[in-house]
Amino acid sequence: MLLTAEQQAILDGSKGETMAKVMKTLVLYGQAFNAEKLVPITSKYNHLVTSFGLGVLKPVYDLMDQLIAAGAVSGQKFTADPRPMDKNVPSSFLQKLVFDLFMYNKQDFYEEQLCKLGLLKRDAFTCACYLDQVGNKPNKGEVLSWSESSAVVYANSVLAARCNRNSGIIDLMGSIVGYVPYFGLLTDEGRKAQWIIKVETTSLPQPQLLGSAVGMKVMEDVPYIYGLDKWLGSDLNDKACTYLKDFGAACASNGAVGLYHINNLTLEAKEQKESLINENAKVYVIDDAELQRVYDSYPVIWKDKDAEPKLCFMGCPHMSLQQLKDWTDRVEESLKRNGQSKVTIPTVFTSAPAVIEQFKKTDYYARFEKTGIILSYICPLMYMNNPLCAKMPVITSSNKLRTYTTARYYTDDEILQKITEGGK
Amino acid sequence: MKQFKGRVITAGTVKAPALVTHEGFNTLASFQKALQFGDKKVRVSDQNNSELYGKSMLGKALCLPQTIGSTTGGLVLYCACAMQRNPACLLFANSIDSLAAAGAILADVWIDNVNMPVIDQLGEEFLNYVKDDMMIEIKEDGIVEVSE
Repeated sequence: MLLTAEQQAILDGSKGETMAKVMKTLVLYGQAFNAEKLVPITSKYNHLVTSFGLGVLKPVYDLMDQLIAAGAVSGQKFTADPRPMDKNVPSSFLQKLVFDLFMYNKQDFYEEQLCKLGLLKRDAFTCACYLDQVGNKPNKGEVLSWSESSAVVYANSVLAARCNRNSGIIDLMGSIVGYVPYFGLLTDEGRKAQWIIKVETTSLPQPQLLGSAVGMKVMEDVPYIYGLDKWLGSDLNDKACTYLKDFGAACASNGAVGLYHINNLTLEAKEQKESLINENAKVYVIDDAELQRVYDSYPVIWKDKDAEPKLCFMGCPHMSLQQLKDWTDRVEESLKRNGQSKVTIPTVFTSAPAVIEQFKKTDYYARFEKTGIILSYICPLMYMNNPLCAKMPVITSSNKLRTYTTARYYTDDEILQKITEGGK
Repeated sequence: MKQFKGRVITAGTVKAPALVTHEGFNTLASFQKALQFGDKKVRVSDQNNSELYGKSMLGKALCLPQTIGSTTGGLVLYCACAMQRNPACLLFANSIDSLAAAGAILADVWIDNVNMPVIDQLGEEFLNYVKDDMMIEIKEDGIVEVSE
C-alpha cells in the first residue's frame, strides 16, 4: 500500500506506539482487500456500532482505555447505536437484576469512555443516526468510517455516501487517524451490481421480508433492483426512505449487503442506470410465491410454538417520525374496529431520542399514549440478548431482530392484528 | 489427503478437526451464547445456520464461505480471541469479508499470544471437499492439507 509521508510517519511511531498500532491495523485491513492507499474521511460525523456496556466485552474496554490513555481519540464526533436498557420497557424483577448486575454492568463506564473518545452528545444513541432529527446525515460522495450494518447500507444506498461495512473498533480507528483504506464500496467498481433482482409481486412487499430474501440470496454482493419504483415512485420522499431503511436493515442482517441500487429511485441508479450492472450479473426473480417460501423457511424457536406473545417490539432499526405517526393512526383505527381501548399485548415502539422528543411535540403523541404502547429509545436486540428474555415469546416485524434473537417474525399487518385483537 | 492453497490473512500453523458450513457465517449470532452466557464449549447459537447450530467451534478449523450479519462481527471475533473462545483457525473459500478481516487483524495486532491463522481464497472446491471432523493442517504460505 502506498502511504503518504504523514501516514508512514504515524506507522513508524511519530505519534507514539498506540497510534502506530492503530495505523498498522488499518493498513493490514486495507491490504486484505488489496487497497492501494488510505483516503481521508470527509463526513462530518462518524457512527459506531458499539453502545452497550456488556460486562463480557472487557477486551474492548481494555483496548479503549489504551486508546484514551495514549490520547488516540476520534478526530470527529460520533453517534452510536442505541442503549440496551430503558426503565420504561417492561421487565421482571429478575430481568432487571440480570441487566443491571450481570449483563450491562459496564454501561455507565462504557458511556464515559465513549464521551472521552468523542461521542457527539449524551443521548446520541440510535441505529438510525441519518434521520433528520438526529442530524448525522452524510452527503453524496462523502467518505465514511461508519459501522452498524443498517446505517452503512442506508448511507451507501439512499444517501450515496461511500462506506465499507466496517466492524466495530475499526470504525473508531478510522476516525482516530482520519483515514480509511480505499477498497470495496469506496470505489466506483465496487459499487457495481453483481445481481439483478426482479420484484414481480402483486403488491408492495413487506420491506423486511423482501430485504431478507435479497440478503440471503446475494450475501455481500450489490443488487440492482427492478420493480419497486412501481410502488415507491421515483422520489426519495419520506415513504420511500422509510421503506428503504427497513429493507436495507434486513438485507444487511440476513445477508451482508452494504449497498443496493433501486432502479429509477436511488441516486446512483437514477444517474448511472444500467451502467451500474456488471456484464454477467446473475438474476433473481422474487414473486409472491418466493416471498412466501422465504417467510415459511424461518424457524420458530419458541419452546411452545403456540404460546401467547408476551411482548411485541417494533422499531429495529429505529422508527422514523413518520412511522410513529402512521402507526398511531393504524393502531388507533384497528383498536376502534376491534372494540378495544388499548393494545392487548405489551408493545414497545423504539426510536431515536431526538425523534421521540420531536414526536412528543406533535398532536399524535397524546393519541399514541392512549393506545398503551410504550415508546423507548432502547435497542430491542440488546434487550432480548439474555436467557430470560430469550425464553419469552416475543413478536416483531423486524427481520433483523428475528435473525439475532428468539423473536418471531410477522408482517406489519399480522402484528397490527395481534396487538389490537389479542391472542395468537 | 488433499492440498489446497489460499492467501494468508493472519499467519500461523495449526492442526484441528474441521467444522464446515456452506452458508454465510453470522458471527454475532453464532458467538452470542458463548460470549454472553459463558458457554465454554463455544457452541454455535445461530438459529439460521442449520449446519452449525449447536455444534462446538472451540479448537475447530472453521471452514466457511464468508461471514455475514452485524458489523459487531469483527469486535465479537476479537473478543472471542481475547477470551480464548475462538476456533483454531478460519478457512474461507471466498475472499475474506470486511468484518472477519477486521476481527482477525484486530486480534493479531492487539492481543498477545493469539494463534488463529486465517486463510482465504481457498476456492469452492475446498468447501465442496471438506467435511466435518476431517483433519485440517495449516502449513506455511497458505497451504491447507485436508485428510479423512
